[in-house]
Amino acid sequence: MTSSSPKTSTQFEIRVQEQAFQPGTELDRWCAQCQGAGAVVSFVGLVRDMNLGENVQSMHLEHYPGMTEKTLRTLCEEAAQRWKISDVCVIHRYGDLFPADPIVMVMTASAHRSDAFSACEFVMDYLKTQAPFWKRENTDSGPRWVEARESDEKAALSWGAIDGSVDGSARS
Amino acid sequence: MIHVRYFASLREALGTDHEDLVYSQHTQTIEAVLSVCRAHSERHAAALSSAKPIRAALNQTLAVLDTPVQDGDEIAFFPPVTGG
Repeated sequence: MTSSSPKTSTQFEIRVQEQAFQPGTELDRWCAQCQGAGAVVSFVGLVRDMNLGENVQSMHLEHYPGMTEKTLRTLCEEAAQRWKISDVCVIHRYGDLFPADPIVMVMTASAHRSDAFSACEFVMDYLKTQAPFWKRENTDSGPRWVEARESDEKAALSWGAIDGSVDGSARS
Repeated sequence: MIHVRYFASLREALGTDHEDLVYSQHTQTIEAVLSVCRAHSERHAAALSSAKPIRAALNQTLAVLDTPVQDGDEIAFFPPVTGG
């Protein structure tokens, strides 16, 4: 899905997909597409083979179709309002994944590196606490749902509140 | 009618991924809908217990307990997210 922000001229590309992607191929394509930008930053998240002291054989990633895309778009729009970025791309997989598989990739482009770095980190930090994905790991001792980390909440909150964001908890 | 959806460990604990509720004076906030769902069965009461860190969304945007609910809305309950 490629589109542009109504509030800024930033171009968005958001892909939530079951099929694998090649980070190198995506980055080459991104650099060609954003060649006028001057600075490109990319982040790739890989599936771990160990978590909480257990071997992870594989994982299943569930998501909330519709809300996932909507949330990622909101995060990209927020990044575009905070920093001068010409383009931002988020690719996230769902379904069955194996250790070392690329699971998420965020790419930004800007005239200056600091905006590209900050926007990339912001999108990743908020994606971790707001985008509706849930990991279910298959470990040596059986399947288990991964629990959210407090450190991820802190990383996202360090950027300050964003429009339409809540503290995330339905508890009173 | 209100469409309630469940995801991840909550879906698994409840054994279902959705339920429809009749819209009424008892379902006008997220908190009220959660109470109605909890009352469905012992299984619901346990899975949706207030001791658990449950997140909610209204029409695919994160919501809080006092977020108002309208007839026809889609509400989702799920555990804290773990993507990326």
